Amino acid sequence: MTWLVNLYRSTIGKKIIMAVTGLIGIAFVIGHMIGNLQAFVGQDRFDAYAAFLHGPFAEALWVVRVVLVVAVVLHVLMAWQLTQRARAARPVGYRKREPQVSTWASRTMRWGGVLLFVFIVFHILHFTVGAIDPAGVFHNTDAMGRHDSYGDVVASFRIWWVSAFYIVAMAFLGLHLYHGAWSSLRTLGVAHPSEHPMKRRISAVIAIVVWLGFTLVPLGVIAGIVH
Amino acid sequence: MNLILHVWRQAGAGTAGRFERYEARDVSADMSFLEMLDVVNEGLIAGGQEPIAFDHDCREGICGMCGMMINGVAHGPMTMTTTCQLHMRSFSDGDELWIEPWRARAFHVVKDLVVDRSAFDRIIQAGGFVSVNTGAPQDANAIPVPKQVADDAMDAAACIGCGACVAACPNGSASLFTAAKISHLGLLPQGQPERYRRALKMAAQMDLEDFGHCTLFGECQEACPKGISIDFIARMNHDYLRAAASEREEKKLAGTG
Amino acid sequence: MELKSRVPDGPVAEKWEKHKFDMKLVNPANKRKYTVIVVGSGLAGASAAASMSELGYNVKNFCFQDSPRRAHSIAAQGGINAAKNYPNDGDSVWRLFYDTVKGGDFRSREANVYRLAQVSVNIIDQCVAQGVPFAREYGGLLANRSFGGAQVSRTFYARGQTGQQLLLGAYQALEKEIARGGVTMYPRTEMLDLIIVNGRARGIVVRNLVTGKIESHIADAVVLGTGGYGNVFFLSTNAKGSNVTAAWRAHKRGAAFANPCYTQIHPTCIPVSGDHQSKLTLMSESLRNDGRVWVPKKAGDTRPPNQIPDAERDYYLERKYPSFGNLSPRDIASRAAKEVCDEGRGVGPGGRGVYLDFADAIKRLGREQIAERYGNLFEMYERITDENPYEVPMRIYPAVHYTMGGLWVDYNLMSTIPGLHVIGEANFSDHGANRLGASALMQGLADGYFIIPLTIGDYLGSNKLAPVSPDHPDVKAAEAEVVERTMRLLSINGKRSVTSFHRELGKIMWEYCGMARSADGLKHALQEIPKLREEFWRNLTIPGSGEELNQSLEHAGRVADFFELAELMCLDALHREESCGGHFRVEHQTPDGEARRNDEKFAYVAAWEYRGDGQAPVLHKEPLEFENVHLATRSYK
Ligand SMILES: Cc1cc2nc3c(=O)[nH]c(=O)nc-3n(C[C@H](O)[C@H](O)[C@H](O)COP(=O)(O)OP(=O)(O)OC[C@H]3O[C@@H](n4cnc5c(N)ncnc54)[C@H](O)[C@@H]3O)c2cc1C
Ligand code: HEM
Ligand code: HEM
Ligand code: SF4
Ligand code: F3S
Ligand code: FES
Repeated sequence: MTWLVNLYRSTIGKKIIMAVTGLIGIAFVIGHMIGNLQAFVGQDRFDAYAAFLHGPFAEALWVVRVVLVVAVVLHVLMAWQLTQRARAARPVGYRKREPQVSTWASRTMRWGGVLLFVFIVFHILHFTVGAIDPAGVFHNTDAMGRHDSYGDVVASFRIWWVSAFYIVAMAFLGLHLYHGAWSSLRTLGVAHPSEHPMKRRISAVIAIVVWLGFTLVPLGVIAGIVH
Repeated sequence: MNLILHVWRQAGAGTAGRFERYEARDVSADMSFLEMLDVVNEGLIAGGQEPIAFDHDCREGICGMCGMMINGVAHGPMTMTTTCQLHMRSFSDGDELWIEPWRARAFHVVKDLVVDRSAFDRIIQAGGFVSVNTGAPQDANAIPVPKQVADDAMDAAACIGCGACVAACPNGSASLFTAAKISHLGLLPQGQPERYRRALKMAAQMDLEDFGHCTLFGECQEACPKGISIDFIARMNHDYLRAAASEREEKKLAGTG
Repeated sequence: MELKSRVPDGPVAEKWEKHKFDMKLVNPANKRKYTVIVVGSGLAGASAAASMSELGYNVKNFCFQDSPRRAHSIAAQGGINAAKNYPNDGDSVWRLFYDTVKGGDFRSREANVYRLAQVSVNIIDQCVAQGVPFAREYGGLLANRSFGGAQVSRTFYARGQTGQQLLLGAYQALEKEIARGGVTMYPRTEMLDLIIVNGRARGIVVRNLVTGKIESHIADAVVLGTGGYGNVFFLSTNAKGSNVTAAWRAHKRGAAFANPCYTQIHPTCIPVSGDHQSKLTLMSESLRNDGRVWVPKKAGDTRPPNQIPDAERDYYLERKYPSFGNLSPRDIASRAAKEVCDEGRGVGPGGRGVYLDFADAIKRLGREQIAERYGNLFEMYERITDENPYEVPMRIYPAVHYTMGGLWVDYNLMSTIPGLHVIGEANFSDHGANRLGASALMQGLADGYFIIPLTIGDYLGSNKLAPVSPDHPDVKAAEAEVVERTMRLLSINGKRSVTSFHRELGKIMWEYCGMARSADGLKHALQEIPKLREEFWRNLTIPGSGEELNQSLEHAGRVADFFELAELMCLDALHREESCGGHFRVEHQTPDGEARRNDEKFAYVAAWEYRGDGQAPVLHKEPLEFENVHLATRSYK
């Protein structure tokens, strides 16, 4: 196991951990997004989907939850450590500094990440735990006696600041992925060499799809399409 | 043209530095950036002041000795160009230039714009070589190397060790430099026997020298006067991961011998 | 002083093998008891330091740059010769030997040149094994090209960065040995004197360029690989830091300086653009493969080049040297350029330039082909001059490039001071009066990888060397002299900067000891130089102190030595009443302007002995015999 410890101790190793946990995150987010889009089909479909997750696959859900929690913890811990290291690597900064090619997305990974962290905590307290319940509908059930996730989502997004917060957070998620989906493959050394290594078509698609996919739900509610 | 320069002046490693304002008058567009500084220095000497210290040697863009931040850009505004090959026609009359040394914890300031880059040498010492002694190796043509491989290796080998990548990287990372050497040797058949070990050791040294990690900002590639591609960083990471995962086996092997 | 060349007996092809057998060996267990100082980390120094460390010697290596990887060898673009005969075009060790002796205009030592050609083959093997990424063919084998007018393709290259790649190979080997503990590296450290104890070289005095500390290093032998002295001309293609100091201080301690006047002027450099010019940039010679050199037929023709019709252009190289044309050897091409400019037909600002025109080649081969061959050179040219060579002909002019002269060494590469060995461009080398393209890299690596590691053993094995304590009076005295000299430079407190003196010295040298030399000019220079030197020591100013990084002080020390060297160069040029290779005396030319050698009187190496400041140096002659390559007049007509 020493090799794992060594890997964990090295900066490249830490970065590899970030990439792996980030990719787990991407996989989850895409799945979750597809689930959320069921809202456009209607309440029944959405709640059934939620119930389905909690029903026959409850054990599996716990496995996923554990993986996700570990991934988020590791991701955030590595982000913290690497950021500290990077800061220490340049104790005296430049008086003048002109970024040339780095994307805004890459330069907002850290603060955007903090926002994402706040979002995730908020989000779980909001929809999963119910500790934050701005619409006061968390404990409602639907016509079939299931937990009324759909009603919660719709009621919550009718509150302007909840929607706004979600929309902003989703924009940062998009940015995070615009850089992260591209860079993680390089961190893992599986990207193919290219004439223009800064180009990232697939990553842009992922970012846009994820951003749109999530943002559509609050927008749909606001627009009254989801009601 | 006339320019206003704000140059970082620092007497020595331990001392505090500050920006000094100088005027560069009658600068010709045909001068190189360093020749412009030469002229400023001649003026300072004539006035009994200490000239601005900066590293340089070949003035042809190949020795990697020169380098400074010019208005926040490593080696100045022209891409694929070292400071010594940057010409004043890239600037215009009245420009105000901020000139700073490479900044990184691993590169402490020796004086003014001169920094200590010995960390790079130590990264090479950690494994940036093929362990072959002078003697009678086989004939140079005994191992054919596909042209594409040789060309790729040459792309990586073109690194001049100037340190602009570190200077430009928001994380102060030496990834591009280290990756270039790992890739140069790792691509060639001659470098295969030590390929993974080399990656492991050089990357470990990079950490020991207090460089930052790689976020893949890509600034290094843009600053690099030799256009070294960040694809080599991916290659280094790949080799590093393989090396780390197989470290156990290698230890076992080493233990038997 | 006696010049014992110690060339082994026997046929030239067997000398080195025989010598290797005859030389004393040092027992492997004893090698680590010996310390060898290597000054310089260029191709010669780095390869020597690494190889000797591999053998087991304790090596201390010094360079003035911040890293050994930056030595001036890094700048070589063209390539490195080796008699591999991969292309099957009739090359052989013998042919490389022959070409080098002939190219050197019969002023080199046959035995050394033969050995150089012999080991050239091993160099390529060694470098490939180290991972030097030489250019390759699609079949995966090494590519070769013909270079500098050679009739065979024997030049190996790595894009336009051969010197860099070879140096990185040697540097990496050096770093490997540093990591192993065999070599201790002292970067940013300048050798300022040689320590002699009991008549043997036993150490050096250095200045730490960062702290200013002056200290001594003791060893059993000293090897100088400190490069050439082309910067005596101020403007040259050499790196700014290249200097003669190490060699010159050794000379003043008793090492004979050989053929100082042999200077190579490279024909294809970018012309001077103004007074601010700090160095000259070489454009690879390979450009002459496709470019045509011309000037207007009329003096003072200031029309833009594309408005000058073909009939009014003088393709003077093609005209004068029909068989070699634009590919005539360096000295010939350089002098021809000077001649046309002297006639007022030069082009560009100041009239010191000739055109190198690719229009015909572009017509013939297409822009793409030309871009493939010279793309990066064109780019470099455009960056410097702001002119696009695809559309406007390049302007070129000759510039000082390489110095064939240097410290005299015997077959073992040992100078006239026992224990002091000299390798690479710093010795008087195997190139005679003129060096062929792509042979300096070859020589540096031959000396460093394959010759000095063996011959040093012969020296150490055949001499009993008593330990020298750092407090030995001779050590202390040398150190004190360096301190005193440094203080003297710092305390002049005059008005003029080092650069201004250096530039003025360079002008004198270029004018009177450059491409064409005359007795009158040289005598004039011999009056001017001491005057300027006197002013230097009276009116120099160096801001700052000696206890810190002080680049003016470093430069001043080097220029002080250039002054002394400059005089010796002029003296040597004046005494050599003939024209040979890189030394052209206007008095000695054929009616049509070709160099005229005088083999009867001057077929010798001129080795100068220092006899004290203000004393005339004494000339010693090592006669040269040509048993294998018969004396003949070079003809490139
Ligand atoms: C622009 C250019 C292109 C060239 N192209 C070619 C080519 O294509 N093919 C070819 O064969 N040759 C070429 N040459 C010539 C060739 O590059 C040199 O002759 C050769 O590299 C010299 O190597 P060296 O090891 O002897 O010295 P250098 O590489 O000059 O090294 C000198 C070393 O000595 C050190 N040093 C010097 N003085 C001191 C001191 N006082 N104290 C401490 N250290 C000191 C320096 O730090 C440096 O490490 C070219 C030369 C130039 C200028
Ligand atoms: C929980 C809060 C989060 C924080 C604090 C955070 C922080 C960061 C930071 C700072 C980086 C850049 C690391 C570097 O400097 O190289 C990063 C990279 C990354 N993040 Fe996050 N992130 C968070 C959440 C997420 C989520 C939810 C996902 C996926 C949906 C994700 C995916 C990625 C990916 C793929 C990378 C790229 C890794 C690489 O370059 O190898 N992150 N994250
Ligand atoms: C508009 C956007 C989103 C909506 C409408 C939404 C909706 C929901 C809902 C309704 C639940 C509760 C499911 C349940 O327990 O039945 C949930 C859980 C969760 N969501 Fe979201 N979500 C959104 C965005 C995100 C994003 C961007 C992330 C991650 C970065 C995320 C991460 C999670 C997590 C981790 C859970 C907990 C899963 C569990 O363990 O039960 N969500 N989401
Ligand atoms: S990778 Fe580029 S920027 Fe970095 S040291 Fe090498 S040449 Fe300089
Ligand atoms: S800029 Fe820095 S973050 Fe990586 S891609 Fe270059 S080293
Ligand atoms: S001085 Fe050598 S690269 Fe600029």
